[in-house]
Amino acid sequence: MSGGHTSTPVAARVRRLEARLIEAGVVAEAQLDAALAAMLKGASPVNGARIVARAWTDAGFRERLLADANAALPEVGLSMAGGIQEQRLKVVENTATTHHVLVCTLCSCYPIGLLGPSPSWYKSEAYRSRVVREPRAVLAEFGLELPDDTAITVWDSSAESRYMVLPRRPGGTAGHSEPELAALVTREGLIGTAAV
Amino acid sequence: MAEFRAGERVRVRAVDPVGHTRVPRYVRGHRGRIVECQGRWALADECAAGVAEPRTEPVYTVAFAAADLWGEGGHEVTVDLWESYIERVQEDGA
Repeated sequence: MSGGHTSTPVAARVRRLEARLIEAGVVAEAQLDAALAAMLKGASPVNGARIVARAWTDAGFRERLLADANAALPEVGLSMAGGIQEQRLKVVENTATTHHVLVCTLCSCYPIGLLGPSPSWYKSEAYRSRVVREPRAVLAEFGLELPDDTAITVWDSSAESRYMVLPRRPGGTAGHSEPELAALVTREGLIGTAAV
Repeated sequence: MAEFRAGERVRVRAVDPVGHTRVPRYVRGHRGRIVECQGRWALADECAAGVAEPRTEPVYTVAFAAADLWGEGGHEVTVDLWESYIERVQEDGA
């Protein structure tokens, strides 16, 4: 397993935990590999980007997505049922006056199936502790300067729900097709640390 | 049926339990507003403790004003909390 990890402190802790579990006979290394492979199969921010592009082009889908994301996902061939249990997905929409950003202060909960593996900074204690306290400053460090009157909401995934940000559609994209729009959406846009 | 309704004021219990909990420290003892009920989920504290049949409770999205949490900041933080983590704030503010 260690080959796939980075050298972050979190990864080191995970490596030690894996070693203890394998040593104690709780799991076998092959089981861990299989579980990880199953979880990551098809997990990519391309999925989130497709959802966003559909929401930008189909007002009915956008409405259904914001009201009940789990019920709307099958319309684009996706679901939240890939893990141990189906997770609840809540999509939060950025507007001209509101901005949303995601965090898990307890660990690193994140909709991996829709956003792909989370970036290492998302799991860092610095991001987790600072974004709830001074989101405007943290976002500025990511290069996202928000107007002073933009209302910011930080969503802490502390239970079983997972969150995804629906970014604002960029200007000058009126003639874009759905795939062209999806190509504009970044993983950071889906977390809320970038505009798209 | 969910006990709390959207818009209601609640306070997070100021607990410091032994073992696992999903109550982030920074909201303990603070007041927030119910945004919505997420449905019922098995209580994470009991799942982590290996309880065979863990309690199932409503989970709420609760919004906190940054100024209430940190004494500064104009933003809002929402935290997802099981029902037994929170209590109703009385009309007189007690």
